[in-house]
Amino acid sequence: MYEFKYHRPATVRQAANLLVKNEDAKLIAGGHTLVPVMKQRLASPAHLVDLTHIEGLDGIEMKGRSLVIGATAKHADVANSPLVGEAIPALSELAGLIGDPAVRHKGTIGGSLANNDPTADYPAACLALGATIVTNKRRLKAEEFFQGLFTTALKSDEIITKVMFPLPKKAAYQKFRNQASRYALVGVFIAKRPSDVRVAVTGAGGDGVFRVTAFEDALKKSFRSKALEGLPVPSDGLNGDLHGSAEYRAHLIGVLARRAVDAANGKA
Amino acid sequence: MAKISLIVNGNPTTANIDPRTLLVQFLRENLRLTGTHVGCDTSQCGACVVHLDGKAVKSCTTLAVMADGHEVRTIEGLAADDAPLHPMQEAFREHHGLQCGFCTPGMIMTAVDMVHRKGHDLDDRTIREELEGNLCRCTGYQNIVESIAAGARAMAKSDLA
Repeated sequence: MYEFKYHRPATVRQAANLLVKNEDAKLIAGGHTLVPVMKQRLASPAHLVDLTHIEGLDGIEMKGRSLVIGATAKHADVANSPLVGEAIPALSELAGLIGDPAVRHKGTIGGSLANNDPTADYPAACLALGATIVTNKRRLKAEEFFQGLFTTALKSDEIITKVMFPLPKKAAYQKFRNQASRYALVGVFIAKRPSDVRVAVTGAGGDGVFRVTAFEDALKKSFRSKALEGLPVPSDGLNGDLHGSAEYRAHLIGVLARRAVDAANGKA
Repeated sequence: MAKISLIVNGNPTTANIDPRTLLVQFLRENLRLTGTHVGCDTSQCGACVVHLDGKAVKSCTTLAVMADGHEVRTIEGLAADDAPLHPMQEAFREHHGLQCGFCTPGMIMTAVDMVHRKGHDLDDRTIREELEGNLCRCTGYQNIVESIAAGARAMAKSDLA
């Protein structure tokens, strides 16, 4: 790990000022992606800005018809929160599938979204549920937030403060895990929302998380796994690597989507 | 350099450290608490698991400076020096839950955290699922799972948490 200067702001405003003042600064909360890449010297920020001492950034609450999760809420908090379990059970299940228990005690939802790893779980939930990512500057719709591999709409001095999830009618997440890393080889999040159905896929896209509109149209007509049978999933633009070819991932998208619909319908 | 103050195994500790110092490095090299091991150094194997404010974390992926003001418990802090072993340690000894022993401190810290969260009556499936972040290359896990089930039950009758 290269040397860095450590900062501990007490407010989001102070943290944002530190980002403005220090061009080569990175935010840290759980650190479960950043610390490993710093150890490998793949990242070498000159300044680290620790968000964990900012009060009120890790809350979980209902606001009207939305579930609001603070940026530094940990995966274990989301997985175990009775509020999340009641409002969007698929989201607590998803959080409980990230990494392992010790990782879930540290990793945060804001960190996962800001990093936008193409195999991370939360991006699929945000895109399918139609979440709004709230920063110190503005509100971003999930579809404008995610912009490709490890790329988001966040400006260099912008900090995620919370994520707002509108409540779906039904939702489920199905994940095929890489046995070693616990990341999604493919993960499919399906949400039946009041006005439409959304299907978001993580782990497979060469450009990160994406929606499968052909599945969405079919499920809008009939929200049953049968509605997806025989619908082709093109492997163009999907990842292929030693863990699975693009064709294999395309096949998994269909399988997991059908399982997700069944799970959302209570037929797990 | 950064000044940190934390409580390690009940003892208030203050130090001046390079912010780059990992918690596991601080424990092993500054405090000479070498029971916590570094296995993979990539947060996969769990040999470095300690409790931070009562929750299992991977100390190879935690900056010591971020433990400032918090409480850390390591394998050395489970039972007092001259006292009998902690029930979970005793269960690993009794049920042959280790061979080379390298993964054992992390296994035991994970097991104790598991009991704190899931209670004293742990079934096989729960234990195996909860152990997904701890790797053992000797035992094939069978005896580790047995040790944890027995240790969890023994902890119910013990004063040691």
